[in-house]
Amino acid sequence: MKENKKTYWKGLEQLTNDPEFVKHADKEFPGYLPTNNSEETGSTRRDFLKLMGFSLAAASLASCEAPIRKAIPYVNKPVDINPSIPNFYASTFSSGGDYASIVVKTREGRPIKIDGNKLSPINQGGVNAIVESSVLTLYDKERLSGPHINGEKTDWTTLDAQLKAKLAGAGVVKIVTNTVLSPSTEKSLKLFSDAFGGAEVIAYDPLSSYGITKAAEIVYGTAILPTYNFEKASVIVNFGADFLGTWISPIEFAKQYSKGRKITKEKPVMSRHFQFESNLSLTGANADYRTAIKPSQSGLAIMALYNAIAKSAGATTYAAAPVAIDHLEKAAQELWANRGKSIVISGSNDPNVQVVVNGINDLLGNNGVTVDFSRPSNFRKGDDAKMNQLLLDLNAGRVGGIVFYNCNPVYDFANGAVLADGIAKAKVSVSTSETLNETASLVQYLAPDHHYLESWNDFNPRKGEYSLAQPTISPLFDTRQAQDSFLAWAGAATNYYDFLQANWRTSFFETQSEVSDFQQFWDGSLHNGVLTIETESAPIAGVADISSAASAVAAAYKGDNAGTELAMYAKVGIGNGVFANNPWLQEMSDPISKATWDNYLTVSQKWAVENGLKMSEGATKTANIVIGGKTLTVPVLVQPGQANGTVGLALGYGRTKGGRVANGIGVNAYELLDASKGFVNFDITEGVSIELTSGSYKIAQTQTHQTYMDRSFVVQESTLGEYKEDAFAGRYQPKVYKDGEFVKPSKISLWKGHQYSQHHWGLAIDMNSCIGCGACTVACQVENNVAVVGKQEVLNRREMAWIRIDRYYSSDAEAGDNKALEIAAENPEVVFQPMMCQHCNNAPCETVCPVSATTHSSEGLNQMTYNRCIGTRYCANNCPYKVRRFNWFKYHDNKDFATVNVAQNNDLGKMVLNPDVTVRARGVMEKCTMCVQRIQSGKLTAKRESRKIVDGEINVACAVACPTDALVFGDMNDMESKVSQMLKIQEDSISAIKEVNEERAFHVLEEINVSPNVWYFTKIRNKDKKEA
Amino acid sequence: MQVTSSIREPLITGGKTLKDVTHDVSRQVEGKPSLGWILGLLFSVGILLLGSIALVATLWEGIGMWGLNKTVGWAWDITNFVWWVGIGHAGTLISAVLLLFRQKWRMAINRAAEAMTIFAVICAAMFPVIHMGRPWLGAYWALPLPNTFGSLWVNFNSPLLWDVFAISTYFSVSLVFWYIGLIPDFATIRDRASGLRRTIYGALAFGWDGAAKTWSRYESVALILAGLATPLVLSVHTIVSFDFATSVIPGWHTTIFPPYFVAGAIFSGFAMVLTLMIVTRKMFHLEDYITIGHIELMNIVIIITGSIVGVAYITEFFIAWYSGVAAEQYAFINRATGPYWWAYWSMMTCNVISPQLFWFKKIRTSIVATFILSLVVNIGMWFERFVIIVTSLHRDYLPSSWAMFYPTWADVGIYLFTFGLFFTLFLLFAKFFPVINMAEVKSIVKSSSQKANK
Repeated sequence: MKENKKTYWKGLEQLTNDPEFVKHADKEFPGYLPTNNSEETGSTRRDFLKLMGFSLAAASLASCEAPIRKAIPYVNKPVDINPSIPNFYASTFSSGGDYASIVVKTREGRPIKIDGNKLSPINQGGVNAIVESSVLTLYDKERLSGPHINGEKTDWTTLDAQLKAKLAGAGVVKIVTNTVLSPSTEKSLKLFSDAFGGAEVIAYDPLSSYGITKAAEIVYGTAILPTYNFEKASVIVNFGADFLGTWISPIEFAKQYSKGRKITKEKPVMSRHFQFESNLSLTGANADYRTAIKPSQSGLAIMALYNAIAKSAGATTYAAAPVAIDHLEKAAQELWANRGKSIVISGSNDPNVQVVVNGINDLLGNNGVTVDFSRPSNFRKGDDAKMNQLLLDLNAGRVGGIVFYNCNPVYDFANGAVLADGIAKAKVSVSTSETLNETASLVQYLAPDHHYLESWNDFNPRKGEYSLAQPTISPLFDTRQAQDSFLAWAGAATNYYDFLQANWRTSFFETQSEVSDFQQFWDGSLHNGVLTIETESAPIAGVADISSAASAVAAAYKGDNAGTELAMYAKVGIGNGVFANNPWLQEMSDPISKATWDNYLTVSQKWAVENGLKMSEGATKTANIVIGGKTLTVPVLVQPGQANGTVGLALGYGRTKGGRVANGIGVNAYELLDASKGFVNFDITEGVSIELTSGSYKIAQTQTHQTYMDRSFVVQESTLGEYKEDAFAGRYQPKVYKDGEFVKPSKISLWKGHQYSQHHWGLAIDMNSCIGCGACTVACQVENNVAVVGKQEVLNRREMAWIRIDRYYSSDAEAGDNKALEIAAENPEVVFQPMMCQHCNNAPCETVCPVSATTHSSEGLNQMTYNRCIGTRYCANNCPYKVRRFNWFKYHDNKDFATVNVAQNNDLGKMVLNPDVTVRARGVMEKCTMCVQRIQSGKLTAKRESRKIVDGEINVACAVACPTDALVFGDMNDMESKVSQMLKIQEDSISAIKEVNEERAFHVLEEINVSPNVWYFTKIRNKDKKEA
Repeated sequence: MQVTSSIREPLITGGKTLKDVTHDVSRQVEGKPSLGWILGLLFSVGILLLGSIALVATLWEGIGMWGLNKTVGWAWDITNFVWWVGIGHAGTLISAVLLLFRQKWRMAINRAAEAMTIFAVICAAMFPVIHMGRPWLGAYWALPLPNTFGSLWVNFNSPLLWDVFAISTYFSVSLVFWYIGLIPDFATIRDRASGLRRTIYGALAFGWDGAAKTWSRYESVALILAGLATPLVLSVHTIVSFDFATSVIPGWHTTIFPPYFVAGAIFSGFAMVLTLMIVTRKMFHLEDYITIGHIELMNIVIIITGSIVGVAYITEFFIAWYSGVAAEQYAFINRATGPYWWAYWSMMTCNVISPQLFWFKKIRTSIVATFILSLVVNIGMWFERFVIIVTSLHRDYLPSSWAMFYPTWADVGIYLFTFGLFFTLFLLFAKFFPVINMAEVKSIVKSSSQKANK
């Protein structure tokens, strides 16, 4: 076959092999879709879609961008400040003569929590509500932001120059202050005083104890306040002094008192406490025997006691009209039987009465033991007589310059209105007040002081006891420490810090020999916060002659006053009213009345019946109280235990320039004080008339039901006598029938039960130690960012407190008579029961949550996951203890709550929030977490240091704050822990159900077997027999 | 076809023929709305709008708008929920249980009763959603949906979750049952109509062709759904009662609740059916279909269920006393003599005493008396739920937390809102849907209408 050499071509182009053709030949049937080249047409459909998609996405992303939260890191990190690591500084709280050595917790340079300083021999780690809450006053945006002259803002140089010139030409200058506890401050005041012609420093106290110091002056020649020791007293006889609540040094006294009230089976001994008072005070509520007396009788009662003891002692008795007072004779007998280990005190401000009280203690040999004048306290140095004289001098134009330091007498001294007039008559008037209060608003020169947490200072609360205060934050405003002002005005070329150090060097460092280096001495003192300098002092005892006092008392008091009497008192929360602008204190439920946001006239049940007043759910009427031409309209609160024929009214309210929170709440009872007898009298026994008006009123109480309805499954109590015979006395031990025998409810359960292989957190609450002061409630509020909701919401029964103190009165009714059981006895026994989440092992809340927002931890805690909560409130309904709290509204960043919930509504207030605890959103449930943030932090610390947790290292805020150590928190899996020891946990087990051997320990509502991790100890009263 | 007894009263009076049935029922759908209907609708929509102020305020501000507090966490919200769910029960009972029992008298009323069920359940279902603190999350977090929040799952222990299942099942089964029943009637209206109406009803009728096979399937489906719905009559309110019965609160923690709640639900449901039927028959001139006989039979059911409820109330007291549990005893004494005694005695009067009047034939065959008593029963049943929820909660174990509940305007407003919603929906239904099941009624016309027999 011939070879085929023919060439076939597809077209001429191939044949010619045109280069243009070759270039495109392989693209004749392209595999890809022909698209327009972007270079040619600008943009394609795809590009358009891409661009559109991107811009849509970008636009929508931009529009839903989360709000920017400022979190600016340090450019140069300060030494010692590590984000999220708290620092603790020892410091001192002081407001006038109210004192507590404290430890301040700071986070990122902000003080956020105050605890008691355990090293302090005075308050021994305890605090009270006022001290706890004082951290919020630091962040009060109503503090003065800088110096002012005649209401105009100015600068410090101008103020100093003007003021120095003016004061120099003013003539007589006087300085008014509350008690000054600080030796260095006194020295700076002395410099100031010397610079202006020996200006007199006049001290007064809103809650005056002038009677005691005056009595000491009469008896011993020096106006001093003794040191009281309730711990050493087996018998306490008290005439109207609320020493656990507001009297002189309540934290210290509560600590001492509680030590005498703790009992165990091995040591069933406790003090016996007699109280004779008009208003039911916190102290009276804790008494074993309480007798309601009228203020007009108190002098005679004390005389009767004196005479009874004098008779036993063979000493002179003095004539006094006889009064029939229950338990007085018994008190006298027991005092005599416990000579040298008893104490008699009186809250009266009448020096004559206090002289007689001194006489009683002297006869009993208590002087130098429980009442020690040789170690004087400095808590109250106020001199009512000098203050009265000042009012006269001012109004007579005899005072040219007046300086108000650390006080607000226009508001809180008797005849404040007179003082207000007098201020206008002085040529120069100055105030160092932190806020524009009632007094400061009347003066020409405002030189605002630092908050105490911004200040350096020292304190001398008692002879030989010293403490330091150090700044824990740099000043928030253009304020200057008052002592610096005094030094500046005195022309001293030093600042107060150097002055203070210099004073410590000369006064304390050089008197000791233990530490050779001053810096070391100073640092050590600053670190500990306290310094004790042992000094020998001669015992002061022996009351020579009380006859003149006795006859004065016998003449001034009477046993049969028919008229109504008014006894003014201070509330545990508001105290003297200095901190009335603090919403935490306003919303703190009063330990006795359980009322918030108000003061009110406390009347007896008898008076209520006679006047046809019925109080229900806080709804009441107002009354007009008329005293010496002054009329105040106040709501009336029916108070069981109020002495018949008396009414009570709390001081510290009715602020007009206290701030947005305080203004307009209640009435100012200081206006009713009587200074006519030379001392400020808190009891008005004559010319008091009270008339119920038709005006209705609502008092916001957190508890409106007064009795525990004879429910022994809630409160279990007994008397000491019964307890000695049977340690199970008062215990309610429900049994359930199972397989032929009666067993504990915990033996029957639907649940398999939890096992806690690591920790098992538990809380033991001794109802015998709890005095009901409520320090724990405020501590919890601070620690856990608990919202303040305001009066209306408390009225709606929606307060957010995670821990509350249930206060129950006894009833005279027979068991089973439900209607009568609702009514408290005329002079009831009182029981306090702190109530918080019980962290049930068989938690009813956990099973009912539809979304598992509340669950059980592997360490026995009942946990709340706020993020998951949808707010059905089923858990709260099913909680038998009613401790769950719902966020009915948005409480933070909400103008409706901005006035009251300041800690969550303005930038300054928010600085106090604990960054470890979420601020809860609207619509979620919250409750006690057993301070889970503290547990976590403690566990992490231990883990980082590769060690086991030490008992006591982790503690819940309520237990830390408790001045009486009534709450003990710890790991129940650790047999050595204090809580396990207290409960006498039977065996080392990881089971959730712990068998405890302590006879007094019980669960509230044991029979429903929710198996709480919170145990209560029965309340034991030191009574001979059961009686109301 | 059923054998006609000369003794048995005819179920449909007035000698209606098949044509009459079609005409009488379709007339309402096809004609212009009556003045009464227009006024009724305006009134209902007015209430709806008024109530919506309260609803919006609650959603905007929070549950704090209501009168609830730390002690009483549920009050009007869950009272209204249980009340509306209870009302719904009559519809299911009539259409499902009576179908299975072959009670033919149900045929004239089951359509409206089922519609009532659905609207009542809508009103009821609103409450569990809006009573939440965070309904925008809770509305779907309460469902067992796969999610990206870790492996977060719902809590199957919670009776509230059971409620979610119970109510949603109940609603869907009721809706399907009701709609299947409507299909032949929609077809009837479609066949009579023209224009847009024909298109709409045609779509609603799902292409019903009336073939024997279709009818056969229809009957089977109805029976199956009736079988499905019957246990729901018992289960739904049983589960609702578990919300209380499984708790630890005295007055809630009661094993008697399931039967007691079911009886109460049927009791209130029948009362509501009567209220609505008496108005509907008057408004739409359906006296021949909804006869005195129907009313009497329903009143008899009311006597029975009312008596069951009465026995349950007494049993609760007996058990409280017999248990020896102090808190439980107090809870019941407090109901009868405490601050809410008036609610308890309103409940007792309305639920236990007043229905006993139906023993008198004169009363149970009187339209006026029945209408009044049906309202009384529903008031009583509202109070029953209020008593159970509020008086148990307001004074439980710890006297320190005892509190009172006072409703606010928002509580009342939201209740009004549900009334507005319910009546608006019911009036729209009554106008645009055949209120009587024509297809079923036709099956009893021959056996019960004398004119047809002649």
